[in-house]
Amino acid sequence: MNRVYQIVRKEWAEVFKNRLVLFTVAFLPLIAAALPLGILYLGRSSADFAADVGKDIPQGFSVLCNNLTGEECVQYFVISQFILLFMILPLAIPITIASYSIIGEKTRRTLEPLLATPITTAELLIGKGAAAVIPGVIATWLAYLVLVIGAAWMGVGMDSLLNPFWSIAVFVVGPLLALTGVSVAVIISSRATDPRTAEQTSMLVTLPILLVFFAQVAGLILIDAQIVILIALVLMAVDVALLTVAVQLFQRENILTRWK
Amino acid sequence: MIRIEGLTKQFNGITAVENLELEIRPGEVFGFLGPNGAGKTTTLRMLSALINPTSGTAWVAGYRLGEDDQALRRNVGILTEAPGLYDRLSAERNLSFFAHLYGIDDVDGRVERYLKLLGLWERRSEPVGTFSRGMRQKLAIARAMLHEPSVLFLDEPTTGLDPEAARLIREFIEGLSGEGRTIILNTHNLDEADRLCDRIGVLNTRLLALDTPTALRREVFGRKVVFHLANLRPQFEATVAKFPFVEAVESKDAKLLVTLDDPEAHNPTLVSALVNAGAQVRFVGEIRRSLEDVYLHLVSNGGTEPERGNET
Ligand SMILES: Nc1ncnc2c1ncn2[C@@H]1O[C@H](COP(=O)(O)OP(=O)(O)O)[C@@H](O)[C@H]1O
Ligand SMILES: [Mg+2]
Repeated sequence: MNRVYQIVRKEWAEVFKNRLVLFTVAFLPLIAAALPLGILYLGRSSADFAADVGKDIPQGFSVLCNNLTGEECVQYFVISQFILLFMILPLAIPITIASYSIIGEKTRRTLEPLLATPITTAELLIGKGAAAVIPGVIATWLAYLVLVIGAAWMGVGMDSLLNPFWSIAVFVVGPLLALTGVSVAVIISSRATDPRTAEQTSMLVTLPILLVFFAQVAGLILIDAQIVILIALVLMAVDVALLTVAVQLFQRENILTRWK
Repeated sequence: MIRIEGLTKQFNGITAVENLELEIRPGEVFGFLGPNGAGKTTTLRMLSALINPTSGTAWVAGYRLGEDDQALRRNVGILTEAPGLYDRLSAERNLSFFAHLYGIDDVDGRVERYLKLLGLWERRSEPVGTFSRGMRQKLAIARAMLHEPSVLFLDEPTTGLDPEAARLIREFIEGLSGEGRTIILNTHNLDEADRLCDRIGVLNTRLLALDTPTALRREVFGRKVVFHLANLRPQFEATVAKFPFVEAVESKDAKLLVTLDDPEAHNPTLVSALVNAGAQVRFVGEIRRSLEDVYLHLVSNGGTEPERGNET
């Protein structure tokens, strides 16, 4: 356990000295929280704007509004459009950290001395994984907290944020997505030599998962709490499969002789 | 300390190391000598439980490969081919990270000791990215020794260093050998193997030869003494050849070339015999076969003795 902790400490000490990584970890959550708050602020100060949005609300969505007022329903709708950003956060942050960390070790050739220590490959993988997943999850939760507090301060009805849909998305799907991101990044990084390429490729691989949320934003489908639970279940299966592959790749022999 | 039995490694059907048989004694400094691609790194990686042999096995520091690799790794240190340091972290942090992974109790004390031992203490807080190659190599050696392993593997410790840095590293390794640690060193530098090693294994996929540097030279080529004469006469060959310790004689230009086992012991006899026979000896030299010649001879294994060597 101590060795896992040491890996996490080292990863953070190293990877957060990289400006590109720092930017992703700090800037994305800021946007995720600020953007919906900004839109809500606009909506509050301009009745026309709210009315415009009101007209655009898909038929199906009004069902979710059941006993909300018209204005509350608009807020509920606007905020739920930003769920996509909050699902990108726990994907993008771990992918960035893991890509830079693994490819950094590869190009600096630090993996071999590391593997020569008594560390088990499981400890190493868990350490690297945790170092990538934890900031992703915490950043997502912090951004959500800021959004909730900001919305409350603006007097937005709390029903639009403190509901099963958001809670499951942020607290269950978020960490699962972080796990997906880190597994994909490990797999891609074992083949790539440039962290940016690995980062982008990993993002592409995770696109299908985001597609569901895209569809929601585009009004093609309506995600309610039940669909979010379904997404969570599918993600669990996907994560188990991806992790199995990642663990397999993360054997000493493979790292030293098959990684490019 | 190390016993290697039939160690073989193939990569996708291509043999990198074939049927290695070898025993290395405790406290010995042993050198694997061979060109690029000879299988030196592959051998060290197998012996430090980083990759698995295709067949065969070895006992290292009391552990058989594959049985308790974690314990094995705890008892060996390896300087890998590339130093592999975290550039963004300080020298101190690089070492303390590894000290923690090895489960060392007094991390700070140990790190301080090894930074001082390798002359890096003054620059401990600087990011390693700012270090010269020589300093990086020293830090990598410190890291390999941090947990005080009984077996130390050094993969080409001076390759890529400038001559001055290489000399410092070599001197440091020389200093280590007195401490009873078993050291296995990979090199393609023949002088280095000659200077540092008690025994040398010439490797090119297979082990081609195995002996002390001196014996390797003698076994493969013998030693040659050159008598430079002012008056080379044909009968001088016979004068010299009658001694039992002389293996071969030839005359060439104004020189008499004598192959024999132990020049230090027998040169005086030869000189006085030649003088008595009327030879005017200008001076006496030795043709020392460099390890490179030994090496080229074994690797090409053409069987003919290459006409090389430097008179010293
Ligand atoms: N991961 C690998 N995959 C395929 N071939 C390899 C791999 N590692 C080494 N080899 C091959 O094995 C042989 C020995 O390599 P190596 O042990 O690195 O030699 P040396 O260290 O003596 O230069 C070479 O022919 C090399 O190409
Ligand atoms: Mg090598």
